[in-house]
Amino acid sequence: MFANPMILFIQVMNSLSLAMNLFIIAAGLTLIFGVLRIVNFAHGAFYMVGAYVALSILRVTGDSNLGFLLGVLGAGALMGAMAFVVERGLLSRLYDKEHMLQLLFTFALVLVIKDLVKMIWGSGQYSIGAPPFLRGAVNLGISPYPKYALFLCVMGPIIAVAIWFFMERTRWGRILRAAREDRVMLNALGTDVKLVYSGVFVTGAALAAMGGALAAPRSAVDPGMDSLVIIDAFIIVIIGGLGSLLGSFVGALILGFLTVMGSIYLKEWVIVASYVMMVVILLVRPWGLFGKADEERH
Amino acid sequence: MTSRPQLIFLACLFLALLAVPFLGSRYLTELAVQVMIFSLLALSLNILVGHIGLVSFGHAAFFAIGGYATAFFLTRWQLPLAAAMPMAVLLAAAFALVIGVLCVRLKAIYFAMLTLAFSMLVWGIIIKWKPVTGGDDGFVGITLPGMLASPQSFYWFVLAVVGASTALMWLLSKSTMGQIFVAIRENETRASFLGVNVRQMQLIGFVLAALFAAIAGSLMAMYLRGMYPQSAFWTQSGHIVISVLLGGVHSFVGPILGASLLYLLEVTIHQYTQYWPLVMGLILLLVVLVLPEGLIELFRKLYARLGRK
Repeated sequence: MFANPMILFIQVMNSLSLAMNLFIIAAGLTLIFGVLRIVNFAHGAFYMVGAYVALSILRVTGDSNLGFLLGVLGAGALMGAMAFVVERGLLSRLYDKEHMLQLLFTFALVLVIKDLVKMIWGSGQYSIGAPPFLRGAVNLGISPYPKYALFLCVMGPIIAVAIWFFMERTRWGRILRAAREDRVMLNALGTDVKLVYSGVFVTGAALAAMGGALAAPRSAVDPGMDSLVIIDAFIIVIIGGLGSLLGSFVGALILGFLTVMGSIYLKEWVIVASYVMMVVILLVRPWGLFGKADEERH
Repeated sequence: MTSRPQLIFLACLFLALLAVPFLGSRYLTELAVQVMIFSLLALSLNILVGHIGLVSFGHAAFFAIGGYATAFFLTRWQLPLAAAMPMAVLLAAAFALVIGVLCVRLKAIYFAMLTLAFSMLVWGIIIKWKPVTGGDDGFVGITLPGMLASPQSFYWFVLAVVGASTALMWLLSKSTMGQIFVAIRENETRASFLGVNVRQMQLIGFVLAALFAAIAGSLMAMYLRGMYPQSAFWTQSGHIVISVLLGGVHSFVGPILGASLLYLLEVTIHQYTQYWPLVMGLILLLVVLVLPEGLIELFRKLYARLGRK
């Protein structure tokens, strides 16, 4: 592979494009864990809903650039709205309960959402085409490369920088970071922590749904698409450190490269390699590459 | 819950199960077999969740290992059942020993994540190691020993194995070790101050839980005459946790109630709609939000009221 720069280039680009797609999903998961301290099993289901909502929006608008944009934003907006209802109505009652109940709550959401998706859209497999302006390939000097995959490579860092800017440079971001450190103190200082929690859950869910909508043109849309994506997202946030945004960016890159490059050498066994990596990280550095070691480990 | 009502319940349950084959319904017999296997599986997880207070999200791995190993030993190596089943269970226990040593070093969410990672690893290997496991299609066509071929005799076999396992787990929960488990659950630090080797006890619990899960897996493989990769997937582990929680973790019989109810509901609801997971999800939401102590709580209240009269 390394003898042929063209193939190497394409493999590197494929790794990046997969990594950035996974990052968009994992970012929401790590955001929710960082602030709410909840491991959201339903994150894959949110991702799936995003893909289906985009599919339906595209059916109405027809195959156009604007339709694709509306599909992605609409997926985020609709999932965000649903997440708001779920968080305010149900999840918020569990914040002071045991971890296991919160975990099972999100597991229940998986079961419910999966069947609702089957009811609404059926069990068949769909596909979404890339928007017209991202079809075909563009010549990158070394080799032509599909525009849509390139688009994902660009979108990942843009979203990463946007979240970083929001977290580190805005007033709202400061409140979120404070909520991550000490929710009781933040509440005592007069911030409406409940609102913060809702905001985080909604943002995380919207990110997952937009990730799903963006992933749709490169994979099939079917009711089983969530169950392995959630494990990939878990692997990423574990590598990077639960709650760390930078960590999930790096984790996504590692998993992206492992999956694409690894499949050349390991063939289909690459899926096992990614689980081995998750195990190894948890054993050696349970708080991940960018998490804090001194943090209470629960 | 106190011991006596639970023992009475277990005794009644056992007597009822003794009567099942004489009702003459093959459907009922098969239903009871599955309910027993799922109850055993839920009971095994409760050693970890209820007694020691560790929530494993990868318990299905040991169920799957037990099942696949039994299938392999019986069919490929043509071993007699008396060798195949104990070997399969011991193999799962050996895996649990290695995995457990690594897992008990972590707490709460990290423990759950590591058990999840290991079970997905097992799932990945099952999917890809086609020559041994049959891959995606599962391990089909298990040769059963002749004496278990009829549904009747298989029923007695399952009842004997599940009954003995349950009795062992009951004795375990009442033993000194069981008391130590509960002490760890209630306050790990205090338990270690009292001289309990917390990690070691957690490991013993982990292996025991895996051992009984493997027995359940072994029975399931023989019942289905096959074993499928889905049995190790994370959703399967989730279902076991649900059964335990639905019944109630802080009692011995809770998981039996949970697993039985869940399975019987599944069978019933499947007759009307394909959307059983939706119903199960809604039940789970209800339990999590309204009845976090599980169904056993209802019985406890009822018992307390009866006792007062």
